[in-house]
Amino acid sequence: MPSNKSVSDAPIVQFTNCRILRDHQLQREDLWVREGKILNPEKLFFDEKGSADVQLDCKDSIIASGFIDVQINGGFGVDFSLATDDFKSGIDLVSQKILSHGVTSFCPTLVTSPPSVYHQVLPQISVRNGGAHGAGILGAHLEGPFISKEKKGAHPEHCLRTFEAGAFQDLLATYGSLDCVQIVTLAPEMKRSSEVIRELTKRGICVSLGHSVANLSQAEEAVQHGATFITHLFNAMLPFHHRDPGIVGLLTSDKIPAGRRVFYGMISDGIHTNPAALRIAHRAHPKGLVLVTDAIAGMGLAPGRHTLGQQVVEIDGLNTYIAGTKTLSGSVATMDACVRHFREATGCSVETALEAASLHPAQLLGIEHKKGTLNYDSDADFLMLNDNLYVQATYIAGEEVWRQDVSGM
Amino acid sequence: MKLIILENYSQASEWAAKYIRNRIVQFGPGPGRFFTLGLPTGLPRDHPESYHSFMWNNFFKHIDISPENIHILDGNAPDLQAECDAFEEKIKAAGGIELFVGGIGPDGHIAFNEPGSSLVSRTRVKTLAMDTILANARFFDGDLSKVPTMALTVGVGTVMDAREVMILITGAHKAFALYKAIEDGVNHMWTVSAFQQHPNTVFVCDEDATLELKVKTVKYFKGLMLVHNKLVEPLYSMKELGAERSQSKKPYSD
Repeated sequence: MPSNKSVSDAPIVQFTNCRILRDHQLQREDLWVREGKILNPEKLFFDEKGSADVQLDCKDSIIASGFIDVQINGGFGVDFSLATDDFKSGIDLVSQKILSHGVTSFCPTLVTSPPSVYHQVLPQISVRNGGAHGAGILGAHLEGPFISKEKKGAHPEHCLRTFEAGAFQDLLATYGSLDCVQIVTLAPEMKRSSEVIRELTKRGICVSLGHSVANLSQAEEAVQHGATFITHLFNAMLPFHHRDPGIVGLLTSDKIPAGRRVFYGMISDGIHTNPAALRIAHRAHPKGLVLVTDAIAGMGLAPGRHTLGQQVVEIDGLNTYIAGTKTLSGSVATMDACVRHFREATGCSVETALEAASLHPAQLLGIEHKKGTLNYDSDADFLMLNDNLYVQATYIAGEEVWRQDVSGM
Repeated sequence: MKLIILENYSQASEWAAKYIRNRIVQFGPGPGRFFTLGLPTGLPRDHPESYHSFMWNNFFKHIDISPENIHILDGNAPDLQAECDAFEEKIKAAGGIELFVGGIGPDGHIAFNEPGSSLVSRTRVKTLAMDTILANARFFDGDLSKVPTMALTVGVGTVMDAREVMILITGAHKAFALYKAIEDGVNHMWTVSAFQQHPNTVFVCDEDATLELKVKTVKYFKGLMLVHNKLVEPLYSMKELGAERSQSKKPYSD
């Protein structure tokens, strides 16, 4: 039939026989894509009198927005906190490999490192769209070095710093450049953190609280100055206490400025957090939960020894410790495994589990108008999953960039 | 007329859907041979989003239809009467309406042909009666002030020209209108009554809609259900079209 598309001649693809996650619900609807964006079929039909050029039968798959990992330290032998000669190809490798985990956008994360590492590595990270080459890079997540000594976790003590002397200028000098930085994790109890938080927030950088011994009022003050995220809730912070809930108390704090939401990262690999604790957090503040992998270089590789910045870590099954200790250091979990584990542990709906890895991180970074949903005019980054939430295919900008091998690779 | 009485809204809807399907398949549509389905303007056309969304979500997106084959009266046209006249021309050009499917208002109107509309009227602009405005308020969040007061509508005469007319009536609130339409005389105050003079009318209703009818009427037509159900069973499909053509079944008529 003649298609008279007045707006564009680009091919229109109609994904049929699927259930799409839209408006927080799985709906039996077709997904229409044109020029890398989700298309409104009604407008196409009435205004342009257009129709699909290609129809794809999705065999009753679930279609959901691609996952966004805002805390990933590396994988497949690549460590984002190591200034190697082939750093660029390392980041390319990881971005390509995580497509099979359903991740379509991510924030390469650097752990506490000496300034030289930041100065060498950061200029090599650029914000870029995803595609067949790999997941899109939204910007770097700098976890440290402005964190607490008592809660350094796997971060090397000799690299910790404060910004007491020059506040924001100290921070800028340490990192060198903030051009491609999307998130900074810091400990709010540190002197002059409020100024720093305000400066970072002014520049559109998301401030996250973590690796800290802050009490609830310090945390609330940080939120008032602009902090919006909590790095891996429960880990590397004071435990919840009924008379001082600490950072964990932000989940139900009444001092959050109106119209703002505090998000919190959870590593739901079954190791970092007891499922009961995961459930408590989820039930207390379901809309703020953001799934992260905190994956390290060893993710995707055989168990053994790998690096995490300046440290050596040992991988044994799903456990990753600083070599010779029982200190957890990152994980080897993949994002899709986290989504499945989250769903199992909390008994939540498929929609909730999927949104925790897509919609919520997009809301955290203020990009939900183009990522994290299947709304009309959003970027067509999406996944086809089966009912058990195993990724069957990954699409970026409407193009298939990964598909599960039928032989089960 | 054929009066088809089903138990409830779902069953009535399903029967009607099956009937329409069989009619389309038996008509044998193809390139250049269009089955022209007439529908009343469901909503005043003033609010394009709501009306188009309604039609899209409830009908168009579920079927394989080319947008060029859809003709909707445009309430925003610069010359409304010219728009109406052009619509009548389009119907003629498409070979006339094969089957018109519509509902009935609580005031017995068909499309927006309010009480007092000429029974030989054509497509034109109509001012809506309060009953209709109230009934449409649900599409405007219950806010009466938002409901348009004028609408473009096909005329009673326009629908009478269709080769077959199907009216769907469900719910107790339509019962009196149904009574006026089929058990009383032809009257321009109850414009659906005009179809008593149409050779091929089907009324599909649920039990509740029959509440104001004579028991005798209801019993008579229920008794005919065995025959009427032959119109929906077997359910034809386009694939079998080739085989069926040779048998050339003629639809049952009264």
